[in-house]
Amino acid sequence: MIQFSQDKKMAQWLFLALLLCITPWLCLFAGGNYWVRVLDFALLYIFLALGLNIVVGFAGLLDLGYIAFYAVGAYCAGLMASPHLLNSFAHLKELFPLGIHTSYWLILPIAALVAGIFGVLLGTPTLKLRGDYLAIVTLGFGEIIRIFLNNLDRPINLTNGPKGINGIDAVNMFGLYFGKKLNIGGFSIPSVILNYYLFLILVIGVVIICARLQHSRIGRAWVAIREDEIAAKAMGLNTRNLKLLAFAIGASFGGISFSLSESIVVLAMVVLGGMGHIPGVILGSLLLAVFPEFLRAVLVPLQTMLFGHVVVDAEIIRQFLYGCALILIIRYRPNGLWPQMRAS
Amino acid sequence: MDIFLQQILNGLVLGSIYALIALGYTMVYGVLGIINFAHGEVLMLGALIALTCIQVLQYFFPDLPVLITILVVLVVSISSCAVISFYIEKLAYRPLRFAPRLAPLISAIGMSILLQTIAMMIWGRTPLRFPQLLPNQAILIPYSTATITTKEIIIIVVSLVVMITLLVLVKKTKFGRAIRATSENPQVAGLMGVNTNRVISYTFMLGGGLAALAGFMIASNYGSAHFYMGFTPGLKAFTAAVLGGIGNIPGAMLGGLLLGLIESLGSGYISELTGGVFGSNYQDIFAFIVLIVVLIFRPSGLLGEKQGDRA
Repeated sequence: MIQFSQDKKMAQWLFLALLLCITPWLCLFAGGNYWVRVLDFALLYIFLALGLNIVVGFAGLLDLGYIAFYAVGAYCAGLMASPHLLNSFAHLKELFPLGIHTSYWLILPIAALVAGIFGVLLGTPTLKLRGDYLAIVTLGFGEIIRIFLNNLDRPINLTNGPKGINGIDAVNMFGLYFGKKLNIGGFSIPSVILNYYLFLILVIGVVIICARLQHSRIGRAWVAIREDEIAAKAMGLNTRNLKLLAFAIGASFGGISFSLSESIVVLAMVVLGGMGHIPGVILGSLLLAVFPEFLRAVLVPLQTMLFGHVVVDAEIIRQFLYGCALILIIRYRPNGLWPQMRAS
Repeated sequence: MDIFLQQILNGLVLGSIYALIALGYTMVYGVLGIINFAHGEVLMLGALIALTCIQVLQYFFPDLPVLITILVVLVVSISSCAVISFYIEKLAYRPLRFAPRLAPLISAIGMSILLQTIAMMIWGRTPLRFPQLLPNQAILIPYSTATITTKEIIIIVVSLVVMITLLVLVKKTKFGRAIRATSENPQVAGLMGVNTNRVISYTFMLGGGLAALAGFMIASNYGSAHFYMGFTPGLKAFTAAVLGGIGNIPGAMLGGLLLGLIESLGSGYISELTGGVFGSNYQDIFAFIVLIVVLIFRPSGLLGEKQGDRA
């Protein structure tokens, strides 16, 4: 009997793995490259939402500048793998005659580390205070990062201002170039699908890390802090360091993968799916990442049919629904669509 | 010296507007212990409602005196924002009064997004020109080259009058006593016969009215209004409230004025101090620096008392 249930479980996992592998091909044949790209973004959002889930869901700290950490990581990668730095600093050109092409095996940990350091810097003054302060400081931080990134093109051109950094190397890992399509014996895999597999591997890695963290001593301490900080402190937990740790880990996940509204989108994913529950967060991100595409595909023709022209932009309706969803979910299903079973 | 004087005057104008908004944050924090994230959005709605009201009045009664137009516009915009604030509290905060701490914050953010998109649907995404109703005449300050406009004088004077009225209201009237009692301890205030739900509703309405007034002032000062205009002033006014000591009403006024001065002097001199490396496009970072510094060194603010956590 035990043997049987194990086999069944095994079969379920195999089925899931097969499904995940086939999905992009189904999308490709059904709707072309565009829908595979939507799928790529969905995976990226899952990644971000899982990072935010550590901060908001596990430790109960509301981080509204989450996307700022994402931007910090992205600029890190951009500077280390594009001709931009060489163009701004002439003397560097002699040091790197071939241009800067840092390996992504190096960029990922560095970007995570830099974003994590920003997280600690920002968290230190606020985490000993009540959660509301953290929310507003991170909100302000998102705005400040935007101001700096937009204005640091002079006196030294570090971020190239609003134009952004261009010409970043395509991801090159496992001996594969993810920017070009791959040919294996007359059979070619388009680059969007390669990216899908890359993101998929990253997401699976993060899911494993999160699941392990959740049941570890640290994970249980975070939940204790979320439920009652004073009680947790009384039980001897170092609440400040634990909160800082959650904040830094969350930020570093953000660093691997721009604006306030994006932070809110990720927050909405976490809240919608179920704070603190990993499968719930994945569900929430999938729903909210694919949903706007669905809206665009349905609402625009519908409005054209009814009124003869587009009355309300799909983008505005999307934001409107996000707002409604946040209010309604927190009121009627505070644990999300797929809540966690709590051991009492 | 003239530049200094000019920046002080600009800072006073900015600061009195921040103080008006900060009062809304601080009073709500006092009675409920939460940050009202949707406060900036109420300000934005106040400005946009005022704009529509002006357009309607000018279309139907082109000969109406300016003073009456302003009064009617202010009454309409302040009362509608008070009603909006009342419903914000009722829909987004009241059901969550005893929920975990994170819940009202998330609900407030949802509300803020909702109000922004509603504004986008009604008024569109592009900034709209705000008609110049207040007299805009430059007055030269004696013995210097600094100037102040009549509009700015009106903003400062009106803010001061409103703030003093509010102080009297809170210190001297029965309603003020109820607000202070609820801030002190809602449960005990309730036991002493204060209708805390009503006090909380009125506090939100009062804050919403002040935000509408501030929105009108900001829109007249810059000559434009748009759906995103509430975000930055909201963030800065919150900083002002923290600087003065959140929950403390005179503190919010002091914090607002101080923050206005810091920002104005900072953006006026940053270019000189850093040798041209940072320009006045970094104006918005001063509020943030002030916020971080206050939170590190004196989280209870200038006038606030140190409070222990309530279990």
